[in-house]
Amino acid sequence: MSTAGFNSQNGTGTGQTYANGPSQNPVALQQLPGVNYGMTHQPPYNPMQAKAPIPPGPGLYPSGPYQPGPPVSAYQPGPPPTSYPAPPGQTLLTRPPMGGLPPHTPPQSASPSPGPRLPPAQATPPPPPVSSSSYYQNPQQPQPMAPAWQYNTAPPMMGPPASMNAPLRGPVANHVNPAASSTATLPPPPSSAAAYSSAPPAQVAHGAPQPPGPSMPPTSAHGYTQQGTVPPPMNPMAPHAYQPSRAPYGPPPTGPPPTMKPTPPPTGPPMANATPPPPKADAQCGGVVNHALPPTEPNCQEGDIECPGTVAGNGPQAPNSYNHVDNKMAGQPQPGPPGRHLGHYPSLPPGYQNTSTPHNATSPMHPAMQAATQPYTQAPQPYQQPHGGPGPAQLSPSLAAMSLQSSTPEALRVVNLLQERNLLPPSPIPAPTPCLPQDLQKINCHPEVFRSTLTSIPQTQSLLNKAKMPLGLLLHPFKDLSQLPVVTSSTIVRCRSCRTYINPFVSFLDQRRWKCNLCYRVNDVPEEFMYNPVSRSYGEPHKRPEVQNATIEFIAPSEYMLRPPQPAVYLFVLDVSHNAVETGYLNVFCQSMLENINSLPGDSRTKVGFITFDSTIHFYNLQEGLSQPQMLIVSDIEDIFLPTPDSLLVNLNECKELVQDLLKSLPSLFEKTMETQSALGSALQAAFKLLSPTGGRMTVFQTQLPNLGVGALQSREDPNQRASAKDIQHLSPATDFYKKLALDCSGQQVAVDLFLLSTQYCDLASLGCISRYSAGSIYYYPSYHHQHNPAQVECFQKDLKRYLTRKIGFEAVMRIRCTKGLSIHTFHGNFFVRSTDLLSLPNVNPDAGFAVQMSIEDNLDDMQVVSFQAALLYTSSKGERRIRVHTLCLPVVNSLSDIFAGADVQAITGLLACMAVDRSVTASLSDARDAMTNAAIDSLASYRQSVLTIQQPGLLSPACLRLFPLFILALLKQKAFRTGTSTRLDDRVFAMCQLKYQPLAYSMLMIHPALYRIDDLTDEGALNINERTIPQPRLLQLSVEKLSREAAFLMDAGTVMYLWIGRNCNPNFLTQVLGVPNYAAVPDNLYLLPELDTAESQRTRAFIGWLRDQRPFFPSLQVIRDESQRKISFMQNMIEDRTESALSYYEFLLHVQQQISK
Amino acid sequence: MEAAVFILSLVDCCALIFLSVYFIITLSDLECDYINARACCSKLNKWVIPEMVGQCLSTMLMLVSMHWFIFLLNLPVAAWNIYRHMKVPMGNMGVFDPTEIHNRGQLKSHMKEAMIKLGYHLLCFFIYLYSMILALIND
Repeated sequence: MSTAGFNSQNGTGTGQTYANGPSQNPVALQQLPGVNYGMTHQPPYNPMQAKAPIPPGPGLYPSGPYQPGPPVSAYQPGPPPTSYPAPPGQTLLTRPPMGGLPPHTPPQSASPSPGPRLPPAQATPPPPPVSSSSYYQNPQQPQPMAPAWQYNTAPPMMGPPASMNAPLRGPVANHVNPAASSTATLPPPPSSAAAYSSAPPAQVAHGAPQPPGPSMPPTSAHGYTQQGTVPPPMNPMAPHAYQPSRAPYGPPPTGPPPTMKPTPPPTGPPMANATPPPPKADAQCGGVVNHALPPTEPNCQEGDIECPGTVAGNGPQAPNSYNHVDNKMAGQPQPGPPGRHLGHYPSLPPGYQNTSTPHNATSPMHPAMQAATQPYTQAPQPYQQPHGGPGPAQLSPSLAAMSLQSSTPEALRVVNLLQERNLLPPSPIPAPTPCLPQDLQKINCHPEVFRSTLTSIPQTQSLLNKAKMPLGLLLHPFKDLSQLPVVTSSTIVRCRSCRTYINPFVSFLDQRRWKCNLCYRVNDVPEEFMYNPVSRSYGEPHKRPEVQNATIEFIAPSEYMLRPPQPAVYLFVLDVSHNAVETGYLNVFCQSMLENINSLPGDSRTKVGFITFDSTIHFYNLQEGLSQPQMLIVSDIEDIFLPTPDSLLVNLNECKELVQDLLKSLPSLFEKTMETQSALGSALQAAFKLLSPTGGRMTVFQTQLPNLGVGALQSREDPNQRASAKDIQHLSPATDFYKKLALDCSGQQVAVDLFLLSTQYCDLASLGCISRYSAGSIYYYPSYHHQHNPAQVECFQKDLKRYLTRKIGFEAVMRIRCTKGLSIHTFHGNFFVRSTDLLSLPNVNPDAGFAVQMSIEDNLDDMQVVSFQAALLYTSSKGERRIRVHTLCLPVVNSLSDIFAGADVQAITGLLACMAVDRSVTASLSDARDAMTNAAIDSLASYRQSVLTIQQPGLLSPACLRLFPLFILALLKQKAFRTGTSTRLDDRVFAMCQLKYQPLAYSMLMIHPALYRIDDLTDEGALNINERTIPQPRLLQLSVEKLSREAAFLMDAGTVMYLWIGRNCNPNFLTQVLGVPNYAAVPDNLYLLPELDTAESQRTRAFIGWLRDQRPFFPSLQVIRDESQRKISFMQNMIEDRTESALSYYEFLLHVQQQISK
Repeated sequence: MEAAVFILSLVDCCALIFLSVYFIITLSDLECDYINARACCSKLNKWVIPEMVGQCLSTMLMLVSMHWFIFLLNLPVAAWNIYRHMKVPMGNMGVFDPTEIHNRGQLKSHMKEAMIKLGYHLLCFFIYLYSMILALIND
């Protein structure tokens, strides 16, 4: 049956021919500008191929499965009792086969851990919950602390059962055991098998193609990729790259492992074999897994993109930790200098950090990697090696083995926060890797797109309540991706009951049926899906791009349209009152529009329109045939109407000249205006009327408090109360006018983006609603003035350019589905929640992030993994209806230690910030602050009580949460939540908005800015991108202690950067970079670094430019002298220091400790 | 006289029962996605004040007719209704806000509240019925 399909593929080795899919299902790779996504390809890939052939025995074919007969046999050489339920018939589909070659079980299959381990594992199979839990202390005891947050809707029942499966607590570390147990469980129960099987298919597919022909792999697997526009070499690698590589993995591990083993001291050689880590094991050893992956480059892709230069590793953003690791690994298999790993933060020698920055960062994150012992061996390798080395594949198995043995993963290494001072890693922290079998992890969604606060999902709500950490997802669904597989197909395969899109984590029961991974319904595979356009082969549904990519885009057929796709429609609503003219924004806006009018996303149907308003509303008739724009004034603002409904929104292409005329004359038109009132409400109503037939985007520029007609607001801010420690009032809207209007807009597919440029209070809390519920974005430029504030002007210009030209999706909806048993109970971001899991997004833009909080409604007892799927249906600016689907798969665990090991401290911080914003609005700011503090206290207390086996003095935290108190303190000192410091209400509200809708990467910078010393930048460890050398200074703690008068420091706070110059700053820096003779000559208002032709200047500018390139908005740069007035804004970000109204980091730790021990 | 008071209360109580059922039906429609949040909330918000008035009416009746026990039974519910109405933030569109109803489990808590009220009104219904019959017999 299926075999035929495989064989043909393998045998033929037609790899390239595949490229052209049948016309029906052409797949194209789309390259998107902007951020690089994981999909890009690495060069190292080839090495893999080489390996692929390696699998000697099995032969070219994926034979693994075939020849040996039942897949099981192939894998588990050792353990006779194969846990796999897979019936022989299924052989093809099950993943295990892929391993084919060596007896070693592939990592994925690991579950049945064959090796010596096996026996125990199986023994353990006992489903988690049951076992008694002596392991933890007082497992059941309720936490003393009152729950600060309701993370979960469900009541906090402390389920005794949940937590304590620790049964396996043999000598091995907790995490290990659970893994084992879980793994054990997997195979046996049929249900689990199914879950598992899902994995297998994917693998098989890959495996099959690759082994056959070494040459084949790249091309064949990805055949379809070639169709794409992407350059040929890249394509194969890109999205699909993983797959090919996978197959190789399986095999390599077996052979090489022995050699590698030496490094992993703990495990005996036999262990290595055993390595086929049970799924869990992998997870824990995330690190390990990754290593294993290295060969697979595909994973690495992301990393690669960012840093072509091999060494450096990725920049700050380092997307995937694993990537880096992999790369490095690939290079050098040999054991490097030991111990580096361990040392990461505190001990790293400076030089080291530069080079390996990513790695260090990563290390903490990979739970698995860091088994204490192993770190040594592994760590070194990553650094030195350029990827592509042969070794990596082999390493993986051994590493995995090691992980098993190690008692505690690095993520759980106990850190005494009171004693270890330098906890901050020298480079930005990558997301932790979920503990999944490596084949699953390889294809998992990129963490920048889809991220969970807990990378291991607790089995029950009570377990989650015990961990005292919020469970939620952070999404960036419309992120600009450099490569994205796009599928055109007349039928989009979805589950018939829950409508889930087919994804890499479903399981194929056989060739004709697949089992949904969210609702577990068995569905038929449609005939059309049997044909694989990529390989042009029949009978391989599991090799289709839909099943190979966790992020994919479909061109939707007409069933997905309620009406014909709307054209791109842009309406600009401009404030032209006296106040607005004073600020001079109109010039900048018109200028930007003129420059970018041809790059507005759209097609031949694109429409634009303009409305200006002060105390009256002015419309512009731009109809074709007029010699010049005609202004129509409506002064009846109480009952607004459209003077000439047909000619106010015009086709941009046909009337471009008129539009340009208007833009040129607009600034001068209102130069002399003396009108001070602003009828924003009426203008919005008029704009809504204009847009409602089509939908589209409304861009509103406002410079003052609307004070006329509907929606008029009063100033609610009392400047004298700004700094008072009492509660902050007026964080919620003053009227429901804007909210209602936003909902009307949302219903008509109109999104409102608000640009607020003001000097005084504008009541953003009320005005912001208009964007918040219509899925718009909010930009705020306090104290904007064209002369007095050049930094803001530059910022505004750049933001506007990005805003006008960025990708946009119209009439969008996003649905977030999750595996049965989980449910979403709160949403954060800008949108309207239309039903329990459906977000209405009249517009979606690539800079919008979303967060949701989840609760566990039914126990996830018999599941090994759960999946989440976000599907975004939108109309592109070209009038195409598209669906972008992201699927994330995460393991389910049943012990608290595993939950802690999988905690993603950044995601948790991001989600807590969102929750705190809600709390500030619904309750009070002080409530929100208390809740955040309690969140830190509760989770650390829970860790201490339930996970730590040995009670030591001090404030103990698992390594993965070691930054948690710091981030919480940073949040408390963030503009949104700080008290005691004078903060303008609008600034505060804006900060809150940003925390809610910015993607995590940017909001983390707002919360905890990055500090670098930049007067001594060197090329050591620098990145090399596009011929530019970008130095990589290390991250410093935010403490004045780190500053020095002899130096200059750059603080990157997301939307703004500060360059602080010490009083005795190195004169070399002053002259070479700032171009001033001495310190005293540094101007007070310096916003630009002069372009000097010196190495220092180039380095500095390259570094700053590189930081800026990483985000869609433009951070302004402020040069601050030590005695400058603006020093305050710099010093406010020194969150580890004590201020008059806030604790220092150490004091905060003491406070937390005190609360815990109470 | 007494019978009249109870007859009036009974009628009032019936209305409140119907209202509770209506709330439950509408909320469950929303839960099942048969109607959208906006429609649901505007439907329900219309009835928040009538419900409050109805509840206060029966409370006042009991107070005036000096049935202390039943008055005390009614008082907390009336107080809750008033409190709920008063504490609606200025920016919200009523007790039921379409932008909030899917957040923080609000839908569930509204549902629970409607259920509890239904039970309570049924209890009241029988108390009024019993009292009415008693009053009629005494007359």
